[in-house]
Amino acid sequence: MTSTPFPSGAISQVSGPAVVLRGNDIDTDRIIPARFLKCVTFDGLGAQVFADDRSEQNGEHPFDRPEHQGAAILIVNRNFGCGSSREHAPQALLRWGIRAVVGESFAEIFYGNCLALGIPCLQASSEEIDALQTAAEAAPQTSASISLEPAAIEIEGRRWDLSMAADAKNRLLGGQWDATSQLLQQEQALQDTAARLPYMQGFVASR
Amino acid sequence: MSTATLYDKVWALHQVAELPSGATQLFIGLHLIHEVTSPQAFAALKDLGLSVRHPERTVATVDHIVPTTSQARPFADGLAEEMLSTLERNCQEYGIHLNGLGSGRQGIVHVMAPELGLTQPGMTVACGDSHTSTHGAFGAIAFGIGTSQVRDVLASQSLTMNKLKVRRIWVDGALQPGVFAKDLVLHIIRTLGVKGGVGYAYEFAGPAIEALSMEERMTLCNMAIEGGARCGYVNPDQTTFDYLKGRPHAPSGEAWDRAVSWWKSLASGADACFDDEVKLDAATIAPTITWGITPGQGIGVDEAVPTLEQTPEEDRPLAQEAYRYMDLQPGQAIAGLPVDVCFIGSCTNGRLSDLRAAASIAAGRQVASGIKAFVVPGSEQVAAAAEAEGLDAVFRQAGFEWREPGCSMCLAMNPDRLEGRQISASSSNRNFKGRQGSASGRTLLMSPAMVAAAAITGHVTDVRSLPPA
Ligand code: SF4
Repeated sequence: MTSTPFPSGAISQVSGPAVVLRGNDIDTDRIIPARFLKCVTFDGLGAQVFADDRSEQNGEHPFDRPEHQGAAILIVNRNFGCGSSREHAPQALLRWGIRAVVGESFAEIFYGNCLALGIPCLQASSEEIDALQTAAEAAPQTSASISLEPAAIEIEGRRWDLSMAADAKNRLLGGQWDATSQLLQQEQALQDTAARLPYMQGFVASR
Repeated sequence: MSTATLYDKVWALHQVAELPSGATQLFIGLHLIHEVTSPQAFAALKDLGLSVRHPERTVATVDHIVPTTSQARPFADGLAEEMLSTLERNCQEYGIHLNGLGSGRQGIVHVMAPELGLTQPGMTVACGDSHTSTHGAFGAIAFGIGTSQVRDVLASQSLTMNKLKVRRIWVDGALQPGVFAKDLVLHIIRTLGVKGGVGYAYEFAGPAIEALSMEERMTLCNMAIEGGARCGYVNPDQTTFDYLKGRPHAPSGEAWDRAVSWWKSLASGADACFDDEVKLDAATIAPTITWGITPGQGIGVDEAVPTLEQTPEEDRPLAQEAYRYMDLQPGQAIAGLPVDVCFIGSCTNGRLSDLRAAASIAAGRQVASGIKAFVVPGSEQVAAAAEAEGLDAVFRQAGFEWREPGCSMCLAMNPDRLEGRQISASSSNRNFKGRQGSASGRTLLMSPAMVAAAAITGHVTDVRSLPPA
């Protein structure tokens, strides 16, 4: 786990060593097993990330290997973060030290949860991910760097183009990924919307 | 005729603003909260000095962490007790109604809201729980959100969303006897894959869907998320209106008539345009069961575990992981596989009709020796209704335990869990590794009737082949 500060403000790049976690359909139950959801704060989750996989692999899990301590970029495969909507999953990754995730694809709720925490999730084709994973595994201690615009990752002088949905990218670049304040700015529009929804007025006559 | 789908119409009505990022700010009509995903959201709200914008559109219950044996307070588990008391405190502080234990209205959040008439057609429904897709059964746009979004909805009654594409899943024909909505949805996920729905809302339509009861539609929409679709829905029709009429939070009197005509106007028209369409025939579906570690690894009960050769290349690593974890051989028949634990309940299949279906199998039979079998009603209302018609007695006589409502063994946040390598027949929705509380525990998902049949014989059994009691 690292003491890198949590994301804040505009996010245009992430750099740090990369850790590779291979496998499709890694679900949020595996990222943070349900028994660790019994908490009223997210503080302790960093130590518990991938708890069951790690204990099964007896120190050989990438998150336990000494060369990956301090990693900030996670490189995964397809449909990462599927299953339960628990934000505890990206929170656990964040608190372990992950600041960006690169993969072939992500489950939607997980993707949105990451965005809400300022963790960019970037994509590449399965072949490119494969090559990227191989390169990252060969250089575990080297700092990789990700830029959002243009979306790309560089490891040891080699560069891969990545892709990222425009709105997620814009929100990160503009520092608007923390949505609450932005949503509250639309006071009049919120009132107008509520006013045109018949169920908000109990279906009273002649609106 | 409009080419808009129900999804398009509801989306447009709830669109608050177009945000600078290009995403939509979407108004949320009903916000459901529970003890697991709300405490950090309330803490963040407090940090920001914000209040809850529409406490009257926010409804709480407690479900994940409650024990299903004794629900006496304080709970034996201090962490569970802390979570519930935190929820109670937050609800009190912000003026949110909590359907708490013993209120007669507590239950799994996705069972509780529909049965109280809170969930209605044309609403947007959000909850910090992925199975919020359940509420789409009413023709609502309902989806799960993360804790940061729970905070956003508490503060602004809205959140940032991107519009999904809509895939219509048209189901012809009729489900055969012994085949249920659960089999249908497991079949759909098996066919389209666990990520097939990513980027889509699923509209379920066609004669087989129209024939489903509301409870069956809820089972179907509940698992849309397991197929990758963040929301799934069925267009509101007479079945929907009949279900809602007279429920505590449903409109009444003249408001009812206005509501029904508004609801009708929202359904996808005959000319509606879909981004994609898939057709299935319900009559060809057998009782379906998962053999692996994702809900997409399903087969008919009369089939064998697929071999690697039968598995698309990209799914083979997962299949191999599943053979190992589940301790199954490729090509092995699934029927006859011994089970240890049989669990009937969850937001997928913990409603009255589910319990009736299971009870009709249990009646006059006995749970096989060595099998732990238990039934967990989805809510206090379901429990009361089941007890009123004597289902609890049927189950008890057959050797099932009859428990208090809650999420129970659907996930490992309460005392109900698998131990070691135990294998369960479960009516719940997730068979992920470790889902049911043991890091090596195994789960076979199936319909409540199939779980009851497995409890009786002690192994996976085609419910249609059970000898008469
Ligand atoms: S029953 Fe299971 S899936 Fe449903 S809300 Fe509870 S834990 Fe989630």
